[in-house]
Amino acid sequence: MSAVDRPVKAGAAGPAIQADALVKRFDRTVALDQVSFTIDKGELFGFIGPDGGGKTTLFRILVSLLTPDAGRATVLGLDVVRDFRALRQRVGYMAGRFSLYPDLSVEENLTFFASVFGTTIEREYAQIKPIYAQLEPFRTRHAGALSGGMKQKLALCCALVHRPEVLFLDEPTTGVDAVSRREFWDLLGVLKQGGLTTVVSTPYMDEATRCDRIALMHGGKLLGLDAPSAIIAAFDRPLLGVRAGQRYKALLALRKYAHVHSAYPFGDVLHYTDTRTDLPVERIGADVKQFLDARGFTDASVCPLTPSVEDSFIARTELDPGSPMTDPRSRLPGHSHE
Amino acid sequence: MSEPAIQVSELSRRFGDFTAVDGVSFEVNEGEVFGFLGANGAGKTTAIRMLIGLLQPTSGTARVAGYDVATQAEQVKRRIGYMSQRFSLYEDLTPRENIRLYGGIYGLTREQIRTRTAQMLDRLGLSRVADAAVRSLPLGWRQKLAFSVALVHQPRIVFLDEPTSGVDPITRRQFWELIYDAAANGTTVLVTTHYMDEAEYCDRISIMVAGRIAAMGAPADLKRDYRVSSIDELFVQLARPDRAIDPTGATHPAGPTRPSRPEGTPL
Repeated sequence: MSAVDRPVKAGAAGPAIQADALVKRFDRTVALDQVSFTIDKGELFGFIGPDGGGKTTLFRILVSLLTPDAGRATVLGLDVVRDFRALRQRVGYMAGRFSLYPDLSVEENLTFFASVFGTTIEREYAQIKPIYAQLEPFRTRHAGALSGGMKQKLALCCALVHRPEVLFLDEPTTGVDAVSRREFWDLLGVLKQGGLTTVVSTPYMDEATRCDRIALMHGGKLLGLDAPSAIIAAFDRPLLGVRAGQRYKALLALRKYAHVHSAYPFGDVLHYTDTRTDLPVERIGADVKQFLDARGFTDASVCPLTPSVEDSFIARTELDPGSPMTDPRSRLPGHSHE
Repeated sequence: MSEPAIQVSELSRRFGDFTAVDGVSFEVNEGEVFGFLGANGAGKTTAIRMLIGLLQPTSGTARVAGYDVATQAEQVKRRIGYMSQRFSLYEDLTPRENIRLYGGIYGLTREQIRTRTAQMLDRLGLSRVADAAVRSLPLGWRQKLAFSVALVHQPRIVFLDEPTSGVDPITRRQFWELIYDAAANGTTVLVTTHYMDEAEYCDRISIMVAGRIAAMGAPADLKRDYRVSSIDELFVQLARPDRAIDPTGATHPAGPTRPSRPEGTPL
């Protein structure tokens, strides 16, 4: 998974993408707030975060569809503002909204995008084959009549047909079911084997581990940038998993525990962290178990857990004083006046 | 003993030669949180459209809140709430105006609307932005408001279609706490989602594959019966019977990992 041991094309020194203090405002909203990062050639890089975090604005700047208010960015050494013509020949972009022609067939859409870049499906077949092979049985079908997963694959084909060196995919898996999402990421893995630099955004935290490196993005800022394993390793307090038959009631009880730092449901387990960072995890676990026992949750079990990227994201947004999620107005039911 | 909130029997819907929903049967009990899962195109939306009285079944029956969806659709619509990810609130209107509009549509009196508005805004902590355009609010707040608006007429059952899509992880969890809260007060919830961890928050789930319900039960029971560690794994196994995922991420034919006994039978 390392980005280091990949062969680099001759004469292609330097990073694939470099962004320095990018800022973009829309009216009073700061969509991007001093965003800086470097992405290496051949990396599969993910911007992970919810809607409204600035991912789409960032992508649109990097593919020259928007200009930044401040800061600068280069893609393949080309300035995204000054060199936009040259840049557009060398990048592929798949927008978040389905942006193909619904009344054209699969094949017609692809032919159209190939011709815009002065090429043909036949000439580029090797590049698109891993994906197009799955679409060929439907090549006469209108794009608008494809299933969600198939639409995404066609859009990916259209973004690849001019053989870009860097591929930008803005939320390619949003609204797509869990199985199709997995298949889509398998395809990105195949493209990575071919050496393509791919930048993906997603609101699904579980997709982060498919990337070489990720940036956690929220409120127009990067909350962290590293390999997924390093993001997880930086989680700085013991994490406990609590199971109880009466899960919701146990959650509300835990929130009232004197030493609670955070308590959230994750699937069938409650994730709990404690304010006492100096105690061993076994001791904290025993205390929490005792507390729950005393409250009547005698079936509760408590065990240490390895954090996920989602735990890390939550921990980092809790730290951010400007986060709308720490705003008292978005408080939880079961708190205060309830 | 009260009648189930939703009672579906052999419900089918065909479009020409295509059978979108194929003889589906299930019940949802009062106060239950029922997860309605399935891959894109499996028939979930068609089934929900029938249950909320927007689409006539080709055959079979469904009773929702005690009324037949085919012959008493208007009665059904008055007793349910509905929220979808795509459209729920008028974005040019304020939270207060949205609540008044929906309250009016459902025939609440002026006094009821006033009381409910104050309660809801306080409860959601939105009093300070009650008169700001909905479009200016963060997505997570809009989704929580949309959920409350769907409950403005205190329906017995609320249908939520991908309510948390694209929402940040903390707000997503706060949203589910609103769901638990509503269920604790007796509201029945039928919810669709693509987040598999949310599937595990449900009392029971069903997984639709090609128009049929392929599996149904409490998440813990399903995981035990299918010998999988997560609902995500079960989903993959059912939605793509030709492949299954092992923990290393490699794919292989599903055969040996599938139980040979019929679904739902105890081990």
